[in-house]
Amino acid sequence: MWTTPGKLRAKGIIGMNRRNIRYIGRYNDRRLYPLVDDKLQTKLLAQRYDITTPALIGTVSTQFGVKHIRDMLDGHTGFVIKPAKGSGGKGILVVERVEGQHYVKPSGAHLSLKDVERHVSNILSGLYSLGGSPDVALIEGLINFDETFNEYTYEGVPDIRVIVFKGYPVMAMMRLSTAASDGKANLHQGAVGVGIDIASGQAIRGVQFDRSRNDHPDTGHELASLRIGNWRTLLRLAAGCYEMTSLGYLGTDMVLDRDHGPMLLELNARPGLAIQMANGEGLRERLDLIERQPEGLEIEQRVDFARQHFARRSELDPVQAASA
Amino acid sequence: MSRLPFYLVVALLLVAGIGLSIHRHVQFEVPWTPGEQRQVWEIEAQVNFLADGGPAKVEMALPSTQQGFRVLAEHTASPGYGLSFLEENGSRRALWSIRDATGNQQLYYSSRIQVAPRARASDVTPPSPEPDVAWERPYDTAASQVIDRAWARSADPFTFTRELIRDFSEQRQGENARLLLTQFDRVPLLVRLLNQAGIAARDVSGLMLDHGRRRQSLTPWIQVYDGEEQALFNPATGEQGRPDNLLLWENAGKAVLEVQGGTNSQVYFSMLSRNQPAGAAVRNRMAEASDTILNFSIHSLPLEEQALFQTILLIPIGALVVVLLRVLVGIKTSGTFMPVLIALAFIQTTLATGLIGFLLVVAVGLVIRNYLSYLNLLLVARVTAVIITVIAIISLFSVLSYRIGLNAGLTITFFPMIILSWTIERMSILWEEEGPKEVLIQGGGSLLTAVLAYLAMNNPWIRHITFNFLGVQLILMALILMLGNYTGYRLLELRRFKPVTED
Repeated sequence: MWTTPGKLRAKGIIGMNRRNIRYIGRYNDRRLYPLVDDKLQTKLLAQRYDITTPALIGTVSTQFGVKHIRDMLDGHTGFVIKPAKGSGGKGILVVERVEGQHYVKPSGAHLSLKDVERHVSNILSGLYSLGGSPDVALIEGLINFDETFNEYTYEGVPDIRVIVFKGYPVMAMMRLSTAASDGKANLHQGAVGVGIDIASGQAIRGVQFDRSRNDHPDTGHELASLRIGNWRTLLRLAAGCYEMTSLGYLGTDMVLDRDHGPMLLELNARPGLAIQMANGEGLRERLDLIERQPEGLEIEQRVDFARQHFARRSELDPVQAASA
Repeated sequence: MSRLPFYLVVALLLVAGIGLSIHRHVQFEVPWTPGEQRQVWEIEAQVNFLADGGPAKVEMALPSTQQGFRVLAEHTASPGYGLSFLEENGSRRALWSIRDATGNQQLYYSSRIQVAPRARASDVTPPSPEPDVAWERPYDTAASQVIDRAWARSADPFTFTRELIRDFSEQRQGENARLLLTQFDRVPLLVRLLNQAGIAARDVSGLMLDHGRRRQSLTPWIQVYDGEEQALFNPATGEQGRPDNLLLWENAGKAVLEVQGGTNSQVYFSMLSRNQPAGAAVRNRMAEASDTILNFSIHSLPLEEQALFQTILLIPIGALVVVLLRVLVGIKTSGTFMPVLIALAFIQTTLATGLIGFLLVVAVGLVIRNYLSYLNLLLVARVTAVIITVIAIISLFSVLSYRIGLNAGLTITFFPMIILSWTIERMSILWEEEGPKEVLIQGGGSLLTAVLAYLAMNNPWIRHITFNFLGVQLILMALILMLGNYTGYRLLELRRFKPVTED
C-alpha cells in the first residue's frame, strides 16, 4: 500500500511540493502564465514562432458575434470550438462534419445551429473558464488524426505530452483515451499513459490507474509496437515552446496531424506528475542534468542532447504482451 | 539565489515569538496551561472607633505587592468619608477623613490578594539605625549589657538578632531583660536595642493567612537588614524567615492605624481563600498594565472584542492544520480554507450537530443545485440562487428542529452561508465533470480537515495559548513559512507513486 520516501528518492520521483517550489516557482514567471492559460494568446504566439498549431477559423468574443457564427463556419466540414481559458478539456465541442442543417459530433449525435450557438454563448459567459470569468470562444479546424494510432485509442484523440525543461525535452508520454475515461485523455479518469522514449519515440511502458499495462483495455492492441513518427520534428516543436513562452518548466501537449505532422495543441505551466508513472522513472535525475547545462543552446542542440542522454529501452516485451 | 534571508526571517520570527511568550509567562505570570489554579485571598479589614463628635482622620497601612503575594484589587466601604491613597517609599496608606462624626464608626477595606510565588516587593528604603539612643538610668546599663552579651555570641546582624530575641524569651530571660521589659514593650524594645547596636531594623506588622478566620489581628515582626539582604524575625521565638502564609500588611515601621478625632480604635481582619483559574487573575493584571508596547495585549480591549479576538486568533491554528494536511499529507479539499470556516462553525454548533447540519445542508443543496443546472443560468446568478436556497434550507431546518424540540438544531445558523453555497456549487461542478467519486474524495477531505481543524481550535490548551500569548502567532508564522519551503514528498504520494518503485 505504501512505499518509503527513500525508495521514491532513489527512483528520482518528484513530488508535488518539489515541483511547485523547485521548478514551477523558480523557472516559471507568473507574469507569463496568461500566455499559456489563454489558448488564443498561445496560438497567436505560436504562429509568430513558426510552431504549427491547428488552423484558426475564427474567434467569437461578444454575444453579438454569436449570431455571425454561421458565416464563420461556412465552408468548413469539421471544426472544434473551445474556450480560450478552459482547463482540463472542459467545454470543447468537436464537430466532425456538417450534414445539411445539422452538425455531427464524433459520437454521431446531431446538433442544430442553435445548439452550437448556445455552446458558444456559454463559453463567452465563462461557464468553462477558471473562476467563471468572461471568455473568448476559439474555432479551430478539425485535426485529421494520424490513423496509425486508431488501434491504440478509444473514441478520443491521443495526445502527446512532452515536459520541456529550460528548452530541453526531458520526458514524454502519450495519453490514450479509453472507455473508462469516457474518451478523455486524463490519466486520473482512466486514460492509459504510455511512456515514450525521448530518443526514438518508441513506447516504453504503459499504465492505467497507476498500474502497468501492456495493451489497450478496449481495443486490446498491444502497446509495444507503438511508435510515434516524425518524432524529431515533434521534439523540435516542443523545445521551441521555451523560446516562445520563456517558461522554464513547461508541459506541451502535441497531436499528430495526418497532413501537417506534429502540432501544438496547448501548453501547461503546471504540468502534472503522472508522466513519471508512465515512464516508470522519476524526473529528478534528468532535471538535475539539464540544470548543469549551459544556457543559450540552439533548439537542435538541445534536442540532440536530450535524445542522446535520455534514451531508454522499452520495458514492453512484444512476445509477453501477445501471450498475455 | 541565497536562502539565507529566508532562514534569517524565520529565525527572527521564532526568536521574537518565543521571546515574547516567555516574557509574558515570566513578567505577567501567564501560565502555560489553562487549568492552572491560583490561590486568591479575600481579606477584609474592619476599622472601628468611637468618634469624638468633630472632624476625624483615619490613616491605615495597606498591603502592597510583595514577596509571594500580589494585590489584584481593592475596595473600600466608608459612607460619608473622603478617601485618598498615599504612597511613599513603597508603602501604601489609606486616609479617610470626615468633617463631622459622632458615635461608633466603621470603615471597611477589602483586598483581593493572589498567591504569586514569583512576585517581588517594590523597593522599600531600609531604615537607618539611629546612632544615639537615649536611655534613662538604670536602663542604659541593662541595655548595653544585653547588647554586649548577644554581640559576643553572634557573628553578623542576623545571628545577633536571633541571640538578642532569645535573651528575651521566657527560658533565658536574665535580670537585665526582665528590667527592660518592665519599662518597654517587647517589640519596640528589641528594635531599639538593635538600632543601638548599629543594626538597621524596624518593626513591621503581618497578617497570618488562615482560611475562614475572622476578627484576626496583625502580629508584629522584626525586619532586620544586613546590607542588601533583609530577614524577618519572629519577636517571640527568634525564628528567622517569613512563613509562607504571612502577608506583610505594614512594611515601613509605622503605625498600622492612626486615628485623630476618635478613641478606642481597633482594626480586625477576616479572610477567605479560594482558587481561581489563573486566566482570570491574568485578565485582571492585564487590564491594569496595558500601556507599554510589550504589554500589548488583547486583554486591554472591552470584553466583547476580547471574545471576538479569541476566535480570530484561532484562525491561524485552523489554517496551520490545512497547510499541514495539504503540504505534508496531500489531502484534497474543496476550497482551500473552506474547512477552517466550517470548523469555526463547528465551534459554535458542537461537532455532532455541526456534522449532521453540514451534511444535510450540502446534500439538499446539491439536489437543488442539480435542478438549477438544467436552467442554464449564468454563474453569478446561479450561485446567488444557491445562496438563497441554502438560507431557505437553514431556516427550514431551524424551524423544524425547534418544533421537534431539538434546540441544538438552531445552531445551524452559525454556518457561513456564502461559503456553503460555493461549496455546493463547486461540488456540483465536480460531480458533473469528474463524477461522484471525486466529490466524495474532496468532500471527505474537506470534512476531515474541518474536523481536525475543529479539534485543534477547540482544544482548551490551544485556545489558552493563542489568546494569552500573542508571540505564538509569530511562531505559527515561522512554522508556516518553513512548511511553505518543504520540497519533500506528501504522505499520500508515498501511495500514489508506489507502483513506480515496485519494478
